[in-house]
Amino acid sequence: MTLETVLHPKHIALGARMVPFGGWDMPVQYSSILAEVKAVRTASGMFDVSHMGRLYISGPKTTEFLDWVLTGSASTLQIGRARYCMICNEAGGVIDDTIFYRLAKDRYLLIPNAGNRVAVVAWFQRWIDERFTGGCNIDDQTRETGLIAVQGQDVPRILEGLCQIDNGEPLSTVRPFTWAGGKFQGKAVFLGRTGYTGEDGFEMVVQSSDAEAVWNALIEQGVTPCGLGARDVLRLEAALPLYGHEIDQETSPIEAGLERFVRAEGDYIGAPVLRQQREEGTPRKLVGLSMPGRSAPRADYPILFQGEIIGRITSGSYSPTLDTSIAMGYVLVRHAAVGQVVDIDIRGRTAPAKIVPLPFYSRTRPINNQI
Amino acid sequence: MIPIDRKYTREHEWIKVEDAATSRALVGITEYAQDQLGDVVYFDLPQTGASVTAAQKMGEVESVKAVSDLFSPVSGQVIEINADLIDHPELVNEEPFDKGWIMRLTMSDAAEMDGLMSPEDYEAYIGGL
Repeated sequence: MTLETVLHPKHIALGARMVPFGGWDMPVQYSSILAEVKAVRTASGMFDVSHMGRLYISGPKTTEFLDWVLTGSASTLQIGRARYCMICNEAGGVIDDTIFYRLAKDRYLLIPNAGNRVAVVAWFQRWIDERFTGGCNIDDQTRETGLIAVQGQDVPRILEGLCQIDNGEPLSTVRPFTWAGGKFQGKAVFLGRTGYTGEDGFEMVVQSSDAEAVWNALIEQGVTPCGLGARDVLRLEAALPLYGHEIDQETSPIEAGLERFVRAEGDYIGAPVLRQQREEGTPRKLVGLSMPGRSAPRADYPILFQGEIIGRITSGSYSPTLDTSIAMGYVLVRHAAVGQVVDIDIRGRTAPAKIVPLPFYSRTRPINNQI
Repeated sequence: MIPIDRKYTREHEWIKVEDAATSRALVGITEYAQDQLGDVVYFDLPQTGASVTAAQKMGEVESVKAVSDLFSPVSGQVIEINADLIDHPELVNEEPFDKGWIMRLTMSDAAEMDGLMSPEDYEAYIGGL
């Protein structure tokens, strides 16, 4: 059964093209992917990401529990802050990537991907039952709330006029990777200064009954509704991994270039394998690829060197921001150096591509300095 | 909505005879096709002078999200590619039946047109998709 977010009727009314994603019926585009990407890169855009999970995890053993199931540390995360990391299995494979926010000493909000939510809850519950019995409770609020991501350089100014945060300070005091509780035109809102586009912005949790009013208020402020198509291009330009593409149960965060989100110390699920991979390296590595022109390498296309397959593309697209084609993919480590030229098998014809540093796009660098 | 001065394929190409005496025709993709593809960014098309065969793949069109094969509605020889599409592939999204035409060709057998869908048939066809 396909699930629908609380904003589903709005998407239909706005004429969005809907697609199934992670078990949900979601908007892939409203007007045009290129126009929506441009809105986020130059002004402001918003995404209904209510398909992603909202897990409230609390209890006296919660910090200890999260330190066990996450590659990032909960115990060193201050209240008010957020952290990105992985949930790994014993082999170091990625069950999901997640952002979690520390709400209080023993209370956290954790955001799993839509398609992984049920598996993550089951995985967590298994470990709670095994090691943290009675000390930790998961409250899945995904169906009771909405999650709206508002992204782009104009967003702080727009939200400043719509939101008050509970401590009375200006919204600008909510720095990247922190959160605050507040009111959005009088409605309770959780504001996390996080996102998945490479731009400044916020992700807002609201009660389901308030989601439509918040969405409408943002449209009135000129924020462009954006679909998953634009979101995919934006996150690729910013080289942010997408579960099922760059990372999955067969992939480790070390080979995905995510070692900075993996604790070097500490005892947690997957730690011995990940520590060993960090020390000894991995046979393959995720790289960025740039190809002149607009014909894009796509997921699963073979990457070749002197006619031999050395890897595969995980994601690729024409990048409107950089006006060239970009991709990420895994290659054997000996071919992974920046500057290396490889070939991509594009439906039977080969085209040269160059390995380039990631990310492709960073908002703190001028556009003519990217790639 | 669908121009009545041309014929259509099940793969959403259109062909319009420009000059019956010289068997010259214009080929493009339909409004339905561009809407399904979304933002078109790239075409891989045959060279001028190349031969194309009815119902055979003649090239590819890429949008931000997808790649799709293009099929030639009829057999013939390519006499011109729409050069405006190189820098402005979005013309296909904006005016698929006019400025977004893809190629001009000389038909080798005008009778092949009889096997294509009429505007009425095509409209009914996409209505059922």
